[in-house]
Amino acid sequence: MGLVDPPGRIVSGSIKLGGKELVGLDDQGMRAIRGKEISMIFQDPMMTLNPVLRIDTQMIEAIDAHEKTSKKAALARAQQALEKVGIPAAADRLKAYPHQFSGGMRQRVAIAIALLNNPSLIIADEPTTALDVTIQSQILAKMQELCADSGTALIWITHDLTVVAGLAHRVAVMYAGRLVETGFVDDVLDHPLHPYTRGLLRSLPSEGIPGQPLEQIPGMTPSLGRLPPGCAFAPRCRNATEICHRSSPEGTVFPNQRLARCHHPFDSVAQPVGLTER
Amino acid sequence: MQGISKRFTTPVDLAGRLANLLGANHQPQTVHAVSDVNLAVIPGEVVGLVGESGCGKSTLGRMVAGIYEPTEGKISYQGKDMRLMTQTEARQASLSVQMIFQDPMSSLNPRMRVIDIVSEAPVYHGIIESAERGDYVATILKKVGLDPVFMQRYPHQFSGGQRARIGIARALAVNPKFLVCDESVAALDVSIQAQVLNLFMLLRQELNLTYLFISHDLGVVRHLSDRVVIMYLGCVVETAPAAELFDAPNHPYSQALLENVPTLKLRHKRFSSIKGEIPSPMNPPTGCHFHPRCPKAGPRCSVEQPVLRPISTGRQSACHLNDGGVG
Repeated sequence: MGLVDPPGRIVSGSIKLGGKELVGLDDQGMRAIRGKEISMIFQDPMMTLNPVLRIDTQMIEAIDAHEKTSKKAALARAQQALEKVGIPAAADRLKAYPHQFSGGMRQRVAIAIALLNNPSLIIADEPTTALDVTIQSQILAKMQELCADSGTALIWITHDLTVVAGLAHRVAVMYAGRLVETGFVDDVLDHPLHPYTRGLLRSLPSEGIPGQPLEQIPGMTPSLGRLPPGCAFAPRCRNATEICHRSSPEGTVFPNQRLARCHHPFDSVAQPVGLTER
Repeated sequence: MQGISKRFTTPVDLAGRLANLLGANHQPQTVHAVSDVNLAVIPGEVVGLVGESGCGKSTLGRMVAGIYEPTEGKISYQGKDMRLMTQTEARQASLSVQMIFQDPMSSLNPRMRVIDIVSEAPVYHGIIESAERGDYVATILKKVGLDPVFMQRYPHQFSGGQRARIGIARALAVNPKFLVCDESVAALDVSIQAQVLNLFMLLRQELNLTYLFISHDLGVVRHLSDRVVIMYLGCVVETAPAAELFDAPNHPYSQALLENVPTLKLRHKRFSSIKGEIPSPMNPPTGCHFHPRCPKAGPRCSVEQPVLRPISTGRQSACHLNDGGVG
């Protein structure tokens, strides 16, 4: 999204959207993409919606930023978007302010705004973390339906692996600023290659045996300013050996488009590990 | 607890009172946060209290911990009505029931050192002398898995998981028998959450504690609880032993709640959901509170409020389906 504030900056690497390089794009170029090609949904819609502007004002603003339409046409599109995300009495609700919505409804408004310009990619950053289970389920159902209908790609940022299991096709696990494992959901969740992924899966209370201690990952996430030399996970890893503390592992490619960054990955074929063995 | 209710009333504000003088009609607003709840917790038991936000579970927990006074009903501790106890008895009883809050950043005083946070209550209540508090705090910190060298630090110098442990240490400092945990692990990462949950289970064994564990996370509740109580809009809709409830929920709300919990085993599922949202407790629906969202509701549900009745040993559910149908 190009939203990292200074002093943060992209030091190296490349981000491509449909073949177009985004790194190094000027402000104007980035503005044309942001909200049009890529939209973002944030965790807390109370913080991202402007509390002193009506919903319709905010929605028309998002349309106006990218194309010239009459106010009437924009309003009609805004209403359509609200209907799509399942807000009852959309025409009336357009005139409401964010505080007049409940948490779940506010998140729906945020999703409607993200959908306004038919983006090719939506990035959703923990959008259901603050919501109740039944409301989370409603939002997930809506997102699933909308993305399937419009063919929009979705990056769902979350710490909740159970949501990943239900929603995603592929999963990428991050630890201390690096991708430690990527692959298809079924592969990664059933046969994790990286000890961190396995630790995460096993520490889920819903997967443990009730009353039995959960398998826990000792210690805590290191500060990004003071990363240990070698593999960042090594101090918390059961399988760490001398090489792990000395050198950072390279990404290794495994069959079926999987990648793991570990010196001692669990061999998924010879030794099935993780959930299926229990 | 018997027939516990809690109502919060917002008095009419000044503008409203002025308007009333001019002939307008502003009534005080009342929120029925908890209405007529009966709950007994047996010593040594872990009871999970589940519900969506706004259902009154935290209010109930706070009444158990003695932070709120119930508007109606009585709370008994070891068979004795708390309001009929002598002052010493009441103090003993309220020391035995301690609460652990959701957000340790806002429940720990940021200007106090850990040693003062943990030792304040036991010194005040004469459990320890002020002189021995260093040693005392050190033993308690060790119990919750913190290094005693940290006791001179302030809360902001700790990570989220460590702060949660400080909150637990503070509750343990007065030797409680009963802990009310209100969403105590909700704000923690999975790996840290697992550590704290393991600590809860370890402490239960070591100190023979009883828990009322309030959470919206059914996975956590299932893992920890012996018995689960499900609340909806101020009322208990179902109570059952944990294993039975998760195998076969009886109340339509419990069924919907369990269906909506994502699990690792369900891949690429189509999320579906119960319609609507939890209604405002200021103006609850007539009859069964759940009927506007219930897929099985019938005419009777909107008129008559179902009562909690036994459906098998140790299980109770409040639904007309168990009692002659919804027609």
